[in-house]
Amino acid sequence: MASPLKCDLCGKPATVHLTQIVNSKMHKVDLCEACAQAKGVTDPGGFSLADLLLKASMNPDASGAVEAGNSGAAVCPSCGFTPSDFKKHGRFGCPQCFRTFAGMVTPMLDSMHKGTRHVGKVPHRAIERRSLHDRLVELEAGLIAAIKAERYEDAARLRDELQQLRQPAASLDLTRNAAPASPPAATSSSAR
Amino acid sequence: MKISALLATPSELTDTASSKCAVVLMTRIRLARNLAGHSFPGWAKEPQREDILARCREAVGATSAMKRSVNSPVADLSDLDKQILVERHLISRELSGTKRGAGIVINRDQTCSVMINEEDHLRIQVLRAGFQLKKAWSQIDAIDCEIEERLDYAFDPELGYLTACPTNLGTGMRASAMMHLPALVISSQMEKVVRAVNQLGMVVRGLFGEGSDASGSIFQISNQTTLGESEEAILKRLGSVLQSIVEHELNAREKLLEVDSGKLFDKIGRAYGILQNCHQLTSSEAMNLLSLLRLGIDLGLFPEASRAVTDRLLIEAQPGHIQAVGGLDLESAKRDALRAERMRLEFNDFARPDFSLHQKT
Ligand SMILES: [Zn+2]
Ligand SMILES: [Zn+2]
Repeated sequence: MASPLKCDLCGKPATVHLTQIVNSKMHKVDLCEACAQAKGVTDPGGFSLADLLLKASMNPDASGAVEAGNSGAAVCPSCGFTPSDFKKHGRFGCPQCFRTFAGMVTPMLDSMHKGTRHVGKVPHRAIERRSLHDRLVELEAGLIAAIKAERYEDAARLRDELQQLRQPAASLDLTRNAAPASPPAATSSSAR
Repeated sequence: MKISALLATPSELTDTASSKCAVVLMTRIRLARNLAGHSFPGWAKEPQREDILARCREAVGATSAMKRSVNSPVADLSDLDKQILVERHLISRELSGTKRGAGIVINRDQTCSVMINEEDHLRIQVLRAGFQLKKAWSQIDAIDCEIEERLDYAFDPELGYLTACPTNLGTGMRASAMMHLPALVISSQMEKVVRAVNQLGMVVRGLFGEGSDASGSIFQISNQTTLGESEEAILKRLGSVLQSIVEHELNAREKLLEVDSGKLFDKIGRAYGILQNCHQLTSSEAMNLLSLLRLGIDLGLFPEASRAVTDRLLIEAQPGHIQAVGGLDLESAKRDALRAERMRLEFNDFARPDFSLHQKT
């Protein structure tokens, strides 16, 4: 090595060199003592190379992709987060952000993970509960519309279906404690 | 349950020593989970964080795993309590620094802890002594399912569990093992091992320090990636990497005994002497000496019965645990004196090393 390597984060001479292969791609990170310390390379609890790669992918010359990729939306409708917030924090604002900024997330994942599609555990109960909830809302709306339009046959069918679906919903609610009743969840319905 | 009662209760980590833990001291699995429709803790406003904290404390506290547990806001814990929980690997340093809107739930035997509003709404952790990836997974899987009965997790069919940092997407799972690798360190093979393990997509870090200088020769190995592979596949891959590190360590021990047993026995014998007679001992020196004693036990130089005290002291020689005895305002020189006193006491009637087993004729 003829010329000393520079710190990827601040440009000072680098003394800490890390190499890692993620998803069969080689990644190198060079850091100065101070940045290594700050990024938790010396803190057993906090260091993750992927984290650093993430920061590196957000430095000025790499951020063009971020800007171009951000599928039109500059602000997350659910939480008010913007791409520049991500550049600052390296974390997203809310679950909805992953939809809002999908164009920015997808290219990141490729260098960060083994694949880009989840193949593990699925929270079946939570999904069931939510799709049941969505279906109930849909049926209720349909019922009101049918009554308004005097389509009584449709209304009767919708009412029966609602009744059937509500039975398991009631017993599910018992196991959920008071969670759905808490008022500050106002943002959650709009987020779905 | 009160935190003082919890800390006085025998724990998985400090009281389970057995030869099964020889190279792999403990196994940990952590799951990152968030509630649908709510800002992540780092972005949420104070009242939102408080609301999420209350919901999560209730939901987690209602699980069967947490029947007897400490369930508390972080703000209600003393600095010393927090430090001890960090040293026992039950909460992170980041969480211990949070002032408001964060919480912990920890069960009685300290195998399971849940951090609330750390980087994610929920960080569920299971910790088992020894090499126990399967057992740890089945325990944490069950707890996760129970919590999911009560809370709507943020989940996307494509990206899996949604987490504040994209490096945790997918399974949200970080599995790790704490390994005692003194022979690999003594024979300067650790760098090679770190490189090989990195290439397999796993991360190595020193537990009490970095790289090959890690005091105590204790390292933590964990999976790097969380998306694109099932939990079982990640654990299987990690398990086989760990297994091969265990084999390398055991081979390195054989080799040391074969070519340089005099030097090795000298190190272990000196460690024994210092622990019995020291009057000033820093925590990193303590780790190194205890590590050598532990190696001596593995090699049969000390009776198996002395393993328990050694493993317990690896945790309890850390600053917070020493301060718990001597008081928080203890300056470091006094702390070192107190640590030394504790060691002299603990090792007073510790059996002398018996080197005859390995004596060459
Ligand atoms: Zn730097
Ligand atoms: Zn958002």
